[in-house]
Amino acid sequence: MSSTNVKMEETPGPVNLSDAPPGRSLWQDAFARLLHKRMAVASGILLGVIVLAAVVVPWISPYNYFTPEWALLDTPPTLHGGHIFGTDDLGRDLLVRVMWGCRVSLMTGAVASVVSIVIGVLWGAAAGFVGGRVDSFMMRIVDVLYSVPFIPFVIVLVVMFGRNLFLLFVAIGAVSWLDIARIVRGQTLSLRNKEFIEAARASGVRGPTIVVRHLIPNLLGIVIIYATLTVPSVILFEAFLSFLGLGVQAPMTSLGVLVSDGASDLQSYPYQLIIPAIFLALIVYCLNYLGDGLRDVLDPKAR
Amino acid sequence: MPGELLLEAKKLSVEFATDEGVVRAVSEVDLELFAGETLAIVGESGSGKSQMLLSILGLVAGNASVTGSARFKGEELVSAAEHRLNEIRGSEIGVVFQDPMTSLNPYLTIGLQLTEPLRLHKGATRKDAAEQAIEMLKSVHISEPERRMDQYPHQLSGGMRQRVAIAMGLICRPQILIADEPTTALDVTVQAQVLSLLREIRERFGTAIILVTHDLGVIAELAERVNVMYAGKIVERGSVDDIFYRCRHPYTEALERSIPQFTEIRPARLDAISGNPPNPVHLPSGCAFHPRCPYRLDVCDQSVPVLESVGPAHAKACFYEGPLLTVTESRA
Amino acid sequence: MLRYTISRLLGAIPTVMVIITLAFLLLHAAPGGPFDSQKKIPPEIKANIERKYHLDEPLYKQYLRYLGGMMQGDLGPSYQYRDTTVNQIIREGFPIDIIIGGIALAGALLIGLPIGMIAALRRNTGWDHVPMGLSMMGISVPVFVVAPILILLFAVNLHWFPAGGWTSHSLLKVVLPSAALAAPYIAYVARLMRGSMVEVLNSQFILMARAKGVPRYLLILRHALKPALMPLVSFLGPAVAGVITGSIVIETIFGLPGIGRAFVDGALNRDYTLVLGVTVLYGVLIVLFNLLADLSYSLLDPRVRY
Repeated sequence: MSSTNVKMEETPGPVNLSDAPPGRSLWQDAFARLLHKRMAVASGILLGVIVLAAVVVPWISPYNYFTPEWALLDTPPTLHGGHIFGTDDLGRDLLVRVMWGCRVSLMTGAVASVVSIVIGVLWGAAAGFVGGRVDSFMMRIVDVLYSVPFIPFVIVLVVMFGRNLFLLFVAIGAVSWLDIARIVRGQTLSLRNKEFIEAARASGVRGPTIVVRHLIPNLLGIVIIYATLTVPSVILFEAFLSFLGLGVQAPMTSLGVLVSDGASDLQSYPYQLIIPAIFLALIVYCLNYLGDGLRDVLDPKAR
Repeated sequence: MPGELLLEAKKLSVEFATDEGVVRAVSEVDLELFAGETLAIVGESGSGKSQMLLSILGLVAGNASVTGSARFKGEELVSAAEHRLNEIRGSEIGVVFQDPMTSLNPYLTIGLQLTEPLRLHKGATRKDAAEQAIEMLKSVHISEPERRMDQYPHQLSGGMRQRVAIAMGLICRPQILIADEPTTALDVTVQAQVLSLLREIRERFGTAIILVTHDLGVIAELAERVNVMYAGKIVERGSVDDIFYRCRHPYTEALERSIPQFTEIRPARLDAISGNPPNPVHLPSGCAFHPRCPYRLDVCDQSVPVLESVGPAHAKACFYEGPLLTVTESRA
Repeated sequence: MLRYTISRLLGAIPTVMVIITLAFLLLHAAPGGPFDSQKKIPPEIKANIERKYHLDEPLYKQYLRYLGGMMQGDLGPSYQYRDTTVNQIIREGFPIDIIIGGIALAGALLIGLPIGMIAALRRNTGWDHVPMGLSMMGISVPVFVVAPILILLFAVNLHWFPAGGWTSHSLLKVVLPSAALAAPYIAYVARLMRGSMVEVLNSQFILMARAKGVPRYLLILRHALKPALMPLVSFLGPAVAGVITGSIVIETIFGLPGIGRAFVDGALNRDYTLVLGVTVLYGVLIVLFNLLADLSYSLLDPRVRY
C-alpha cells in the first residue's frame, strides 16, 4: 500500500511485563517449571514408585513381616523361590519387612513433619504478626530452645517413657519445629507490611482472619520447601533412634531397625544391611532432590 | 574535530541460549567512538544497551555468544585472549556500573579496591598507589580522603560510593570510560553532582565517555552524540541537537514526548508509549517497534529497516518518511 | 565487641539453666527410679541407698542440691558405676570425643571446601555434577549405615585399620571413626561452599572486579573467597551439634569409650546424674560454638560490628 497510509492510534494498552499465557497462577507456573528439572522429576517419580510398592507389596505378598520361619533363616536373595530379597535372621521375608519398614519410616516422616510444621508455622506466624514485645519473647524462647541439645533429650524421653509410637512422632516433631518457626516469622514480618495486608485491614478484616486467610497462603511456598527438607531429616532421625534400639518395637520394623539388625552380622549376610540401607538412602535422596527443585522453583532468591 | 577513532564495533551481536529459546539481546550493532567525545546510548530496560557494553569488554555471561567485531584502537576485542582483555580492562577502558552499593566489594576497604587497578596495571607500589588513590578521591570531591581509604563501602553514602566507583574507573587514566546508568540509582540532587563531576573529568582528562542511560535529561546535559537503541538494534543516531530538535524515528519521538514538560501551567496528559516492550524471545516481525508505532505502514511488519542517513552524521532506521508530529514544536 | 561477648555469655546462662531444669524434670518425671532394674534388693537396703543419694527428698530439694553441686563443679556421683563420679567419667571419655569430632570437622573442612570451590568454578561440568551427586548421597546415607560398611571394607577385608576399640596404641584407630563421622559433613561443606561461591561469583562486585581487569586467581582469592565463606561460619553451630549426635552412634558402633556411649548407657540405666551431666555439657558446647560462630562473623564481615 502507499506509504502515506498512516494509522494513528493513541489508545494506551495495558502494561503487563510478561508474556505468560493468561490465567496462569503462581502455582501452575511453578509446577510447570518444576517439570523442567529432570532430577526433581525423576526423584518424584522414584519416590512415588517406592510409596506405591510400600503400600501394595505387603498386601499382595504371601508372607508377613512378623512370623518367623525357622527353616529358612538368613537365606540370601533369589529371583525365583519366593523370597526376592531373601530372609532375615528369623526367617522372615525381607522384601515384606523392607516394605513395612518403608511404610513406617515414611509415615513417621509425614506425621512428625506435620507436627513440627504446624507448631512452627503457628508459632512463627503469630510471633511475626503480633510483633513487638511478644515477638521478641517468643523468638527468645526459640533461641534458647535452639541451644538445647534435643537429640539427647529425645533419647531420654524415649527411654524414660517407653517406646510409644505416638510419643516418637511427637518427640521428633517437637525437635524440628524451630527452624520453620524462624523462617515463617521472618516471612511474616516482611509480608505484614505489604500493601495487601493493609488493604485487608482497611476493609475491616480482623487479626486472626488476616492471618489465616491472607498470610498463610503466602507462607505456603516457603513452608512447602521446608517441609520437603524436614521430612528426610525426620526420617533419618527416626532411623537413628531405631538403630539405637529406641524406636519402634519388634516385631514392627522401620528402615532404621532393619539397618541396625543388618549391621549386626554384616560380614556373613551383607544383603541384610545393604537392601534396607539402599531404600533408606533412596527415599532421603529423592526427598532432598525434590526439596531442592521446589526451592529453586518457589523461592526466586535461591538461584 | 573528532580525534582518533578509539572504538569501532561492526555487526556486534549478543545471543543467549535460554530454556525458552534463543534471545537476541543485541542485534548487529555498529558503533564508533572518537577520542575525547561523549557518546550516549539511550533505550528502555531490555533494549540491550547494557549487554552491548559488556560484550565489548568480554564480560557477558557464560551462556551468551558474541559475534561480530569490536575494535579498540584497531585491536579486535571479541576474539581476544582473556589475559589481553584483562590488560585493557580497568587500565585503558574503565567502567562505572549503575548501583555503587553492589559494585563495590563490601568485604574490602575502599583503599584496597581503589589501588588495585594501579597495582595490577601500572605496577605501582603500595605507597605510590595509595598516594594516587588519595589524589583521585580529591578529584572526585570526596572529603577526608585519607580516612576514606581505610573505610568500607557501607560506611559511605550513596553519592560518595558512586564517586568512589567513578574514581576507580578513572584511576588508571583510561582513554574510554563506560558509564552504565551512572545516576539511575541515585537521588536527584546527587545525580546533578555526579553529572557535573563527569563533565569535569571530561575536561580535565580528556576521557571519551560512553554513557548508557534511559534518562534523556542526562543526555541533554552531557552527550555530544546519541545512539537510540530499541530491541537490540540502533534505530537512530545523530548529534544531541539532531536527536532533540530534529528526531526522525518514531521511538525517539515517543521517548521525548514521555518526558514531563514543566513549562505549562497545567501539563497535558503524560504520554506513555503505548503497548509493551517487546519480548526478546519473540520479537515482532519486521521492525521491532511497529506494534507500538503510530506511523506504522504495511511494510513495517514485513521488512527490517536499516540505518539510512537523513543528515550529516544523522541516521534513522525507519520506513516512514513523513514529518513527525512533534518536530515542529520548539523545545526550550 | 568485648561487651557483646560478655552479654552473650551472660545470656547463655538462662539457656543452660533451662537445659538443666528440663533435663532434671524429665528424668524425674519418668516412671521408675535408678535402682529399680538392678538385682532384687531388700526394701530396707533400697531405701538406704536412696537416702544416700538423696532420692527420698522432695524434688525441689534435689534440684537445688544438684545446682549447688554444679556451681562447685561437682556433677555428682554416677548411679550406675558406684564409686565413680560423673566428673571422672566425663574426664575420661570426653577427650576421645574431642579427638574424633575435631578430626572429623577439620577433615570435613579440608576436603569439602576445595571440592565445593572447584564445583563452583567449573559449574555444570563433571567437576560439578559428580561431587554434588555424591555429596547428596553423603547426606542421605546415615552414619550408622556408612560406619558398618567402612568397617567391613577397610577393617575386616583389607585390614588397614582396626575395627574399633580404643585400646590399641596405634594412631590408626581414629581413622575409621573420624571418617564415618566426617562423611556427611564433607558433603554439607561441599554443597554449602559450592552454592555460596556460585552466588558470589554472580554478584555485581565480582563483575566490577572483572571489569577492572583483575585476573582469575586474584578474583577468587581476594574478592570471592571471604564472602563465600560466610555461610560456612554460621554452619559451625549446627555442625558441632551434629557431631555430638553423630558421636553417640559412632561410639556405639566402634566401641569407643567416649561420653556419647556413656550417655546412652546412662539413659538406659536411669543414671540421672550422668545423663544430666552429659546433657549440660552438650548444651554448653552448643551455646559456646554458636557464640563463636557469631563472633567470627563480626571478625570476617566488616558490615557486622558488635
